[in-house]
Parts: sequence; C-alpha cells; structure tokens
Amino acid sequence: MVEPAPVAILVEDEPQIRRFVRTALAAEGWVVHDSDTMRRGLADAGTRKPDLVILDLGLPDGDGVDFIRDLRAWSQVPVIVLSARVDERDKIEALDAGADDYLTKPFGVGELLARVRVALRRRLAAAGGASAVFEFGDVRIDLAARSVQKRGQPVHLTPIEYRLLTLLIANAGKVLTQRQILREVWGPSHAEHGHYVRIYMGHLRQKLEDEPARPRHLLTETAVGYRLVPAPVS
Amino acid sequence: MSSGGEQRPDPDALLARVHRQERSAHRGKLRIYFGASAGVGKTYAMLAAARKHRADGRDVVVGVVETHGRGETAALLDGLQVLPPRLADHRGRSMPEFDLDAALARRPALVLVDEFAHTNAHGSRHPKRWQDVEELLDAGIDVYTTLNVQHLESLNDVVGGITEVRVWETVPDTVFDHADEVVLVDIPAEELLARLRAGKVYVPQQAERAAQNFFRKGNLMALRELALRRTADRVEGDVQAYRVDKSIGAVWKTATALLTCVGPGAGGERVVRAAARLASQLNAEWHAVYVETPSLQRLPAARRERILATLDLARELGATAAVIAQPQVAESIVAYARTHNLSKIVLGRDAVRRLWPWQRSSGQRLALLAPDIDLIEIGVQPTRVDRDEVRPPLAEGEPEAPERRLRKRLRYLWSALVCVGVTLAALPLGARFEPSNIVAFYILAVVLTAMRFGRGPAALAAVLSVVAFDFFFVPPRFSFAVSDVQYVFTFVIMLAVGLLTGQLTAGLRFQARVAAHREERAGALYELARALSAVVQVDEVTRIGCESVERTFRASAALLLPDASGALSRAGGRETGEPAVDLGIAQWSFDRGQAAGFGTDTLPGSDVLYVPLRAPVRVRGVLAVRARNRRLLRIPEQRQLLDTCAALVAIALERVHYVGVAQDALVRMESERLRNSLLAALSHDLRTPLTVLGGLAESLLLTHPQLAPAQREIADAVREEARRMSTLVGNLLDMARIESGEVRLRLEWQSLEEAVGAALHAARGILAGHRVELSIPPDLPLVRFDALLIERVLANLLENASKYTPPGSTVRITAASHPGRVVVTVADDGPGLPPGREEAVFQKFTRGERESATPGVGLGLAICRAIIEAHRGSIVGENLRQGGAAFTFTLPLESVPAPVPEPDLETAHG
Repeated sequence: MVEPAPVAILVEDEPQIRRFVRTALAAEGWVVHDSDTMRRGLADAGTRKPDLVILDLGLPDGDGVDFIRDLRAWSQVPVIVLSARVDERDKIEALDAGADDYLTKPFGVGELLARVRVALRRRLAAAGGASAVFEFGDVRIDLAARSVQKRGQPVHLTPIEYRLLTLLIANAGKVLTQRQILREVWGPSHAEHGHYVRIYMGHLRQKLEDEPARPRHLLTETAVGYRLVPAPVS
Repeated sequence: MSSGGEQRPDPDALLARVHRQERSAHRGKLRIYFGASAGVGKTYAMLAAARKHRADGRDVVVGVVETHGRGETAALLDGLQVLPPRLADHRGRSMPEFDLDAALARRPALVLVDEFAHTNAHGSRHPKRWQDVEELLDAGIDVYTTLNVQHLESLNDVVGGITEVRVWETVPDTVFDHADEVVLVDIPAEELLARLRAGKVYVPQQAERAAQNFFRKGNLMALRELALRRTADRVEGDVQAYRVDKSIGAVWKTATALLTCVGPGAGGERVVRAAARLASQLNAEWHAVYVETPSLQRLPAARRERILATLDLARELGATAAVIAQPQVAESIVAYARTHNLSKIVLGRDAVRRLWPWQRSSGQRLALLAPDIDLIEIGVQPTRVDRDEVRPPLAEGEPEAPERRLRKRLRYLWSALVCVGVTLAALPLGARFEPSNIVAFYILAVVLTAMRFGRGPAALAAVLSVVAFDFFFVPPRFSFAVSDVQYVFTFVIMLAVGLLTGQLTAGLRFQARVAAHREERAGALYELARALSAVVQVDEVTRIGCESVERTFRASAALLLPDASGALSRAGGRETGEPAVDLGIAQWSFDRGQAAGFGTDTLPGSDVLYVPLRAPVRVRGVLAVRARNRRLLRIPEQRQLLDTCAALVAIALERVHYVGVAQDALVRMESERLRNSLLAALSHDLRTPLTVLGGLAESLLLTHPQLAPAQREIADAVREEARRMSTLVGNLLDMARIESGEVRLRLEWQSLEEAVGAALHAARGILAGHRVELSIPPDLPLVRFDALLIERVLANLLENASKYTPPGSTVRITAASHPGRVVVTVADDGPGLPPGREEAVFQKFTRGERESATPGVGLGLAICRAIIEAHRGSIVGENLRQGGAAFTFTLPLESVPAPVPEPDLETAHG
C-alpha cells in the first residue's frame, strides 16, 4: 500500500503564483488545494487535514497574521509564509504568531521546495516522537545524557549555550525569532536584550561550526532570527 | 497672626523662594565688600579673598581694580590675571573702562569688579557698572565688588545731608539687597583718620578740600553707623529669608504695603527715597503714583520731565509706578490705595501758604477721606545740597510748536468774538429788557466758551462779559460809571458765576479728554488685535504692527526679525529708513529679552527704543520705536501700552510661525504618505510578475517529461533574467527609499561575523566560482548597525567582486577593530578599478567600464555609500598594489553594551 500523498493548502490571491507553486508541489507528489481568500483557506484547513499551509501575507480579505493565530488555536500544521513586503516586522509578527518559515517574493521554486521538505520532515519527526540523540554535520547531541560531541570529541557548553542549542534542536528547520529565543532561554523579562542572543550564537558557532563566519547549520535570518538546519540544502 | 500650632509656610513666600532658587541656579553669585567710606580696605579684602580662591585652583580674573596707587593693594594683584581695560572715548579723552564683552568671552569662574557704583563713560552699553555686573551674573559668572555706603541710592540723600558732599554715582538698593553675600569691611574712625594722615588713603588733589570736609571724625562715625545699620538690615533680611526657607516662625507678618505720592515739588526724590527706606525696613511692597491733574498737565515740559524722572527713581528702588490722570488728587490716591490694598500712604509735607482758612494740605484732605489709612508725612525742607542741585535735564522739553501757539491765541480771540457777538445781539434788546435778564445771555456765552475753548478763554469771556455788561447795559449806558450800587453786586456774582462755570466746564472737558484718551488706547489695542488675528503672513504682521505703533505713538517703528541662526535683520526687506536702527542694540535686546535704548537702563543714549517681542514660547523679534514726542515713551502707561502692542505682535508672529510649521508638517506627511503608497504599489506590482516569471520558468524545468536541452537552456535563461530584473528593481526601490530620507535605521548591537555569514549565504549562488577567504577576529566587539542594510552592503560588494573578476579569483573579507571604529574590507585579486575612477564608481548609474557585457546599472555602490553614510561611517574604493580592487568601509564603534549575565545553572559537559 502506497503512503497517502501529502496535502498542502495554498492561500494566495495571485493566480499566476498559485499556478506555478501548485505545479512545483504537484511535481513533488503533493496534493494541493488552493484558495484565493483567507476565509476559504481557513475552511480548507479545517476540512482537508493538510500537512502544510502556504500562506500569502497580503490577502485581500484580511491579515495573514490573524489567519495564523486562528489556525494555531486548533492545529500545529506547518505554515510557510509568502511575503512581498520588504518590512521584516511583518515576517517577525507572522513567525511570532506561529508560522514556521517564510519566503520573500520573488522566490525561486528550488528554494520553496527545500523549505517544504524541511517542514514536512519536521512534521514527520514530531509525529514519530523526539529521539534522544540529535545530529547535524559532525556534531552529535545526546539529549538524555546532556552531552555534546564534535567529531567524537566532547565539547563544553555553558548552561545558557546548552539551553540555546536544545531550543534550536527542538525547532530544527524552523525559523525562531529573536524574541522567541530570548523568552525561552532568558525568560520574558529579557525581551529587549537582543545582543545576548548574538553573543551566544557566536559562541555556539565558534564551538560547533567548522567556519564560524560561514555557518552551515546555525544560520542567521538577518533581522528576523535564527534557524538550525540539520542537513544543508545545497 | 496665625492660629495656634499652625506652622505652614506662606505659599507665596515659598513660590518666591522657588523662583529665587531657579534664578540663582543659573546665575552667578554676587559678593559685595561694603564699607563706610573710601580707605577702609574693601579692595584689599576683596583681592585677598580672590588670591585665596586662586590658590584653591579657581579661575579668577581681575576685571577692573583701582589701586589708587596704594602699594599694599597693588602687591596683591601680583599673580592674578588682569583683563586689559577697554578705552572709551569720552569728549575727546580716552577713558579706561571695564571691558564687559572681554569678560563675557573669557568666562572665568569669578571676576573682580571694583567700585560697584561707577558710572560708565558715555556710549558704553550700560550707563552704570552695576548693570555690567548684572549681565555677568546672568551669564553665570560670580562677581566680587566693592561699595561705599554713600553710593546706596536710598541713603544717598542722608549721606549728602551729613557730609554735604552729594555723589551722583548710586546703586539701587534692590541690587544691594539681592546680592548673595555682603561683607562689611569696617575699621574705627580713629584708625581710618590715622591711615589718612599716614597717606595710606588716596585723596585726589583737586578734591582735597572737599575730602578734608568729608573725612571729619563726626562724619566718619555717622557713616560707619549707617553702614553697620544697613548691613544689619540686610542680615535681618537674610534671617527672614532663612526663616521662610525653613518654615520657622509662627508669626507671619500681615502684608503691609506703602503708597507714596509723587508731586511736582522739589522734594519728590526725598519722599521717594524715604518711602523706599521705610518699605525695606517694613519688608513691604510699595507703589509710587503721580496724579496728573489738569493744572499739572499745564506745567512746563522740564518740570513734568522731572516728575517722570522721580517715578523712574521709584521704580529703580523697587516700586510699582503709575500715572493717574484725574482732577481730584486726594480722591484718586485714596481710590488707588483701596484697590491695591495699601495701608500706609507716604507723602511730602506741602509747603503751601494758606491763603484761605478752608484750604487744607493734601495730608489733611487724605486724612478726611480715609481715616483708616496711616499717613506718613516727610519733611521736604530743601537741604543745602538740594538747593545747589544741578542735575542735568534728562531730555530737553519739546519746544512748543508755533502752530499750537497760534491755535491757543485763536481760542482767546474766539472767546472775545463771542462776547462781542452776544453784546451785539443783546443791544437791540437793551431798551426793552431788564439788565438782569441780559446777564443770562452773558453767562450762557461764558459756559459755551468754556465748553468749546477751555478754562483760559472762559475766564477771559467772564471778564469781558462783566465789562461789556457794565458799558452797554448798566445805566448810565455807554459808560463804565455805575449809578446803582446793586450792580456792583451783580458784577461780582456775574464774574464769580462765569469763572466757576468756566472752571467746572473745563474740568469736564479734561475728564472727557482723559476718557477719550483711554478709549483711544483701548481702541488702538482692539484694532491691532483684530487686524492681527486674521493675518497668516509675517509681512502682514510686520506691516500692521508697525502701522499701528506709528499711529498710536506718533512714532516711526520698525520690526526686526531673527533668521534661522538668531541674527536679527529688518523685516520687510527695508535695510534702511526710519527709524535708523542699531542692530547691535537690537540684538542685545533680542538675546536677553529686555528692552534697550531710549528710556531704559541699557544704552539710554540712543533715541530709539527697542522692545523685545516676547511670545509665550520665545522672543520672536524686536520692535524698534522712535517717537517724535519722546516724553510719550517715558510715561508708564504709554510704555505699558507699547509693551502690550509688542506682546500682541509677538503672539501674532508666533501664531504665524506655528501655522507655517503645521502646514509644513501636513505637506510633509501627505507627501510621505504618497511616496510610501507609491513605493509599496511599485514594489508589489513589479515583484509579483517577476516572481511569477521566474517561478514559471523554473516550473518548466521541473516538468515531466523533461524538456529537450535547447528548451531547458531557454527556460534557464528566462529564469536568470527574471532574477536579474528583480535584483535591479530591488536596487531601484532601495535607492528611492534611501534618497527620500525614508529609511529609518534599526540600530541594534550586531555581530559583524554574523552579517558577513548572512551575506555570504545570500550570495552563495553568485560566488560559486570564487574562493572566499575570511579574516574576522573572533573577539571583534559587537557593533551597532542595521543588520539588514549592512548585509546589503556586504552582499553588493561581494556581488561586485564576483562580477568584475574572472572565475577562480579569490575574494578576501577582513575585519578589524580600531579605537572608535570597525574597519571592514572586501578585496579581490581581479583587474581592479579603472585608475582615476575610484571615487566615481560610487556615483549613481556609474559603472567601472562604460560598455561592458557585465550586467548591472551601477546602483550597487551608490546604495552602499548611502547606507554606510547613514551609519555615520565612510566607504572608499582603491586598487591594491598587488593587483585587484578593495572596498573598505568603517562603522563607528560605540561603547559596548552591558555584559551578558550567565546564570549559575547546572553545567553541561561533553
């Protein structure tokens, strides 16, 4: 018996974009339900049991961020946001509301498919239960033993560094905004201390990346946040 | 008396204290070395104190010190910096004067200015040195100075009376009372005389005789007592201030306030000085009024000038001055005292010779009118000094205009003609009417004359009527002889009635004129306010304001308005014209918000008065007025009217200013909104089709079955062009946004390493054929920048490096921190920049080579420069000696942010 094809919901008001996104996803074996309004999109999300939602933030009948909040009230389905706006605040808002990832228009099909794969993998991993051992590149983290190794050598992390790393692992592939990281690692009262995150991400890269200035796993989403990519895309 | 236990301070007193503290927070401190006479050692004491400050490291400068050739004093000057004097030209002689501007420019912590009461040479900024000192204090500079008791304004006449030497160099008591510290320099009279005999006290040759009179033991003892007592008064004042500050004392004085009356008599100044002394002893407010009656209005200009000068003196001594135009002196004084709640009236004793038993002195009249008010009469028997007083007239009286004299004569002629007319009209009736009825005609004529032509012509008419009546109507007619004695009685009654009605009518006329004046003033203000209320342009305000002032004050006026840097210039583009304005004085007035020029303390020699246009927010300019009748501007009411006019103009100017500001803001907001929506629309409308174009081309590549290689190539080319188009559109939109001043930097503490990493990640496609070398020290501090924009700069530089170098070249990124800045360089080993165009490449739409197969429009570097400059950094391009181009940018390095706390939690080990 063949595994059922994954289902994606595409909410986008531009028919041509709908068209090529649908073509690209279909080529990957997805079943795509598209809609051009938020209302229909929400209805689809309720009835189609999607594995993925691709959402344009600039919809004619409402704010995409509200869509995400509504959706998150009852579903943990991964959401990738498409944004034509230059302003990073919209993306941060969408991510804070619960979106997993974002793409800025214009985006390439290759890029989109890579993100889609990561999202799907996350969903499957979440369904299968978290494993105690997590690996990326030549780094191995044993979450049960609280130990970190790089190329088989133990790496010493401070408590904050470790907490930051486990947060990134728990959200592997997903973009975490600076605010989310600060809240989870330092607590809600430190939401304004953005430079904490930068200093500790620097430490983590120094300890875990081969070339800290050209990270392959601990990636920066400039002005938005950070993302742990277990397997680099290209 | 406050009720038992109540210890709350008087709110007014506390408010005054807050004001005092506010003022004194910025003001310099004034210390006065106070002595009974010359030679007690004030300058010596002052210099000794200054030397001590100097030794403590304070910045002390000697502004002016008179050693009078005393060796001991001169020796103290050693090692202190002395400001060179300013040489003022005084009647062909050059006089050394204290250089106020040099002292203000030098801005020491403390300046020594000897002889507080000194009168500056004519043409100096202030007539008096104490005014120079005020300006120093206002500038926040501390001042030490010296003063003799005879120079205190309120004691001036007392000292004059004792020593018979009157000095004209005086300092107002308010200045003395407001000094922060007064140090009494005191030696016994015998010792002073001994010093005098020993030649230690400087005595000028020409004044030796006077000085011999002055330095008599009795004089010196009296002066010493005065100085001690005055200092004691001040100490009491200090104690009182302390008590107010500390809310000590259960008993609070009920507010007493004095009213003093200024009359035309010679003793006016004495009365004013006495009132000032009394007020300061009672610690009370005081007012000075001058009641201008019709008879006083007819006084010669010089005497009225003198009355106004006395009022000025009162104001200088701290009084509130007013002029009341009323025919009834006593009534109006009582009314004034009642409305202002003044419980004591000080007045000079009249030297009226009583001609009639019912005549009363003003004191008696006041006592009758207001039995509840205390009266204090001051003896004004002129002293010897007063008698040989030859104070220079402040301004010569206006000569009576010839046309006015003519009009006056015409009035008398008319009154005579009226009598002739009545006589002619009554002649035919003379035979039939009783002479007693004819009298009625004449009385009517006198009343009419009084109404029309005033008191003098009415008196003339009364006399002429009696004469004509006697000559033409009293039998025997046509002779002055009188047959019946009862007609003599008729004449007396007729004369009396005529004079009395004339007097009354003229009084009414005067009242009516005063009312008309008042109405005219109110009307002028109303007109001005109304005219200004609708105005929205500065030029209009200028025109209306000047015209109104010119009309109301019969003067020429000009408005001086500041430019953006605060420098004044004449409004309305007229550089010259009436009045001839001295921009220096105007600027002074503007900068300090005080009136200057004619009739003020500052440069009173000028014939133009400069009134600052004080609006609620700030001074908006200066109104320059030159009155044709200069006395007009000295009358307190007129000055108040002028100040009110100035305030109206100032408010109008401020309103116009804010209307402009609001309009600007509105236009800016509107254009910003328009630009934003345009950019947003462009950005959306261009990016969406580009996304579609690239996406569809890419979808072609993914179709099954796969395209033939030739078709794949075409699809790939379409995709690549779409990508380039979207980069171009992005650059154009960014440039538009940066150029419009729209981009607000989102400065945060960022890691440069991270920005480089993100830029390399973004440019990984373009850089695929190149080697990248990095040299970023791991301990590089965090820098405050907008991460997105700096990533943009780095990405543009990387893109350039890849575009203009052959594949396989090396791109090197280095970063280093220097004091105050971080330097980042992106270098390649390609062909380098065209020589001589290292700077030109940063221009918009400029590219390294004019015709080139390399795509791009030359916006990348222009955007880089705009971004870096917005960060207050710099970016330059150069060719490396070993070949290749290098672009280097710097970012300012501020102090690092607060360290990151590392909570002491469980440690994770490997």
